[in-house]
Formats: sequence, C-alpha cells, structure tokens
Amino acid sequence: MQVNNSTGSKDVFRPKIVAFCCNWCSYAGADLAGTNRLNYPADVKIIRVPCSCRVNPLFVLQAFQRGADGVIICGCHPGDCHYTSGNYYARRRMTLLFSMLDFMGIEKGRTRVEWVSAAEGAKFADTMNDFVSTVTALGENRRLEDLRCRK
Amino acid sequence: MQKVMLERAKALLSDGTVRAVLAWEKGDFAYDTTPAVFNSAERLEKGFVYSPFCGANLSKYLIKETQKEGKILVFLKPCDTYSFNQLVSEHRIKRENVYVVGVECKGMLDIEKIREKGVTSLISASWEGEQVRLVTADGEILADSSELMQERCLCCKSKKHVAYDELLGEEGEVLDSNRFDEVARLEAMSAKERFEFWRGELSRCIRCNACRNVCPACSCEKCIFDNPDSGVQNKAAADPFEENLFHVIRAFHVAGRCTDCGECSRVCPEHIPLHLLNRKFIKDINELYGEFQAGETELPREPLTEYKADDVEPGVVYERGAE
Repeated sequence: MQVNNSTGSKDVFRPKIVAFCCNWCSYAGADLAGTNRLNYPADVKIIRVPCSCRVNPLFVLQAFQRGADGVIICGCHPGDCHYTSGNYYARRRMTLLFSMLDFMGIEKGRTRVEWVSAAEGAKFADTMNDFVSTVTALGENRRLEDLRCRK
Repeated sequence: MQKVMLERAKALLSDGTVRAVLAWEKGDFAYDTTPAVFNSAERLEKGFVYSPFCGANLSKYLIKETQKEGKILVFLKPCDTYSFNQLVSEHRIKRENVYVVGVECKGMLDIEKIREKGVTSLISASWEGEQVRLVTADGEILADSSELMQERCLCCKSKKHVAYDELLGEEGEVLDSNRFDEVARLEAMSAKERFEFWRGELSRCIRCNACRNVCPACSCEKCIFDNPDSGVQNKAAADPFEENLFHVIRAFHVAGRCTDCGECSRVCPEHIPLHLLNRKFIKDINELYGEFQAGETELPREPLTEYKADDVEPGVVYERGAE
C-alpha cells in the first residue's frame, strides 16, 4: 500500500503525513476536532492503534519507505495510559529511534511524538497544523525513501 | 597460554566434568580460526588453538550446545563474558550446563590491517609485551600492536571477566574506554554529512546477514528478516532505503541488550562500521537514562523494558547534536 495524496495542484508541495493515533485519546481527540469544525490539513493520514506503544519502530520506517514525508505518533499524556504504562515504553523507544534517525542524517523535523488527550480537539488540530507546516518547509523526503515508490 | 588451556581442557574432559569443549579451531591459515566443538582429547590436540586471531565470541553457540545433555566447557574472553551473562539473564543459556573458563585477552589482531602493512604469507602471530611477533614465510617481523589490533580491542571496555567458573591467566580491570569518541565525532557533523557518511558505508551492504547471524543478542528463533511477507526479508537490497532500514531495525532490536562485543563489525565482509550504530544507542541510553552496561550483572532491568515517570520527552532529540 502506498500513501496516496491526490489533493491539491501539482505545483504546490503537499506533504504526506502519517499519524499513528492511540484509540483511547488522540483518535478521539481527532474526532473532537472534527465535531468542533476545527481545521487541520487533509494531508494527515490517521492510523488507529490500540496504544502508542503498539507503534513498532519498523512501522515508522516503513511509512517513510512507502512515501511518507513525516510521521507523528500521538498518545495519552504520561500517566494517563489506558494500559497503565504503554506510553512510557513508547516514549523511550521513540526517543532512541528518533535519535538514531538523526544520527543517520535524516532531518529531525520529520518525526514527532505528541501527547493529546481525548478532550484536546483543539490541541490535536494545532499539533497537526504545526507539524504539516514543519514538514512542508522541509520539503520532500529524499533521504529516506524507496525509489520504487516514485512514479 | 594455549598450552595451559589445552591441558586444562583435556583434564576436565578426561575426568568427565564436561562432555565437550567449545573453543577455537585452527584453519588453513593463521588468521582463519573458527569456533568448534571438540569432543575428544585427540581432536583437541590436533585442532585447538588460542592465538591473537581468536576474536570469535563463543557465547552464542552455547544456546544450542546447552540444550544438549551434560556440561560443556567454554573458553571466554573478558568481552565474551558480558554476552554470556546477557544470554543467561535472558534464559537463552542453561547456566548449569556450562563450565566457563575465563581466559585472558591482550586484544585481537585485524588481518586486514596486517595486510595493509604489506605483510604476506603469515604463518603465525604471538604477543610479546606490547608488541606483536609476526612469523611469515619470509622471516619475522616485530610490530607495534596498536597498529594491528581490531578497532574494538583498541578501545577495549573491560579486561575483567564478569562470569566464570575458573580463570586462567591474569584478571584485568574494567577500563576507561574511549569507545564513544567516533560516535561523538559523527554527532558533531551536520546532518547532510552524516547522511553522506552512512550512505557511503551502508550502500556496500550485500545483505549476507552475517552481522545478524553472529550477534549474541540477535538470538530470536524466528527473525523478522526471515519473514517473506515482511517486505524486509533477506535479499539483496533493491533500494538504498532497505539498507538503512535493515541496519536501523537490527540495531534497534538489540538496543539495551547489546554488550558492544563488536562481532558485527568483525564479520562484515564489506567492513561496514556497524558497531557505531550499536554504540550510538548505548551512548544515548547512558546519557538519557543513566549509565548501563548490558551483561555486567545477571538479571538487570534493561533500559527499554523499564521506564521512569519523568523520562525525557522524544523532543529532546531536536535539541541535541548539530544542526
């Protein structure tokens, strides 16, 4: 599967963003942003996961491989995990993974972890707007892409 | 040293303490010693060797060997004992089926560095204080060991055995190693330079999987890279991305468990400095979550199976390092 993005005209760069959202918080937060009619870019493709710690480092890399320009992981605030401690583990893992990607020379702005609760629809929209603009400024993901995804 | 080890192995084999001996066997050349299981004194007499080319870490072979009945004797160098401890705490090695003999190590030689010096037809090598005596078909050479040692031995982290039943030779100390210097040097580069550096190194990867097969921490019975449906299975990389992905994920899977034995870089036929990836994880763990040396003690809590409520946020990555 490839991340498709057919919206927008050809000349303007629209990034492809993959957002892994925890079912118990940020996924509901995205819902709330929607019901509150808050705008966030359609470039964000949400993937629902049962917990932020479900996100295997391989998922992040494979998202990049299949053409994503940025990957964001949203989970419950530390201390609020539905499974008590999942987000704590995710926090350590993602810190190390992001640090390694930085070590390999991948731009830092392409990855992010945010804690967004189910009540924070506004924060969700703000986070996504901010992340999309950061990634847009970075441009296309050239350093970590699979050339076979090029058309 | 080799004589003492051989006598001890034969003694333990003959009095029935152990059923076999896991050690290094002579190859066709002085530098191609291989790990082998010896089950008789005759075989030991014929093939056993302990030379400055016995770099192989024998702990991983114990996973299979200790499943069998009876004790096996194994010779472990100081850095190998860390991997041994790690595997024991992961319940991969049956401790009661092993008789560990710690052997002293003065550092192992790198045949590539010897070749670069223009030395050919090497017959044997031995330690002489801080120097190395190379015996070749054309005569003997006395060389400075620091020029010929493997990279991992030049920045040796410990000469102390952390696990053994018996010790042959002298016990050393945990050393103050400068092994993170190279990682720090890379960290100080710009992102673009680092990207170029790793592209240059990793693009040579031929996906032979030697690094995975030799790694004592990579001991899963089913490896993700063997799954034909994963999209990342073992095959020649079709794309630069796959090399990055393979090595990042492989290093990540051993993060927090890697003892930094350096076997991955030793076996790499393309001489990719894979240990730098592992050391980057170790350095980050040390800096962010407190000093940790895998395998130092049995049954430690590993950094990635543990957490603290006030751990740093992943955003810390953006503030560290250059650019």
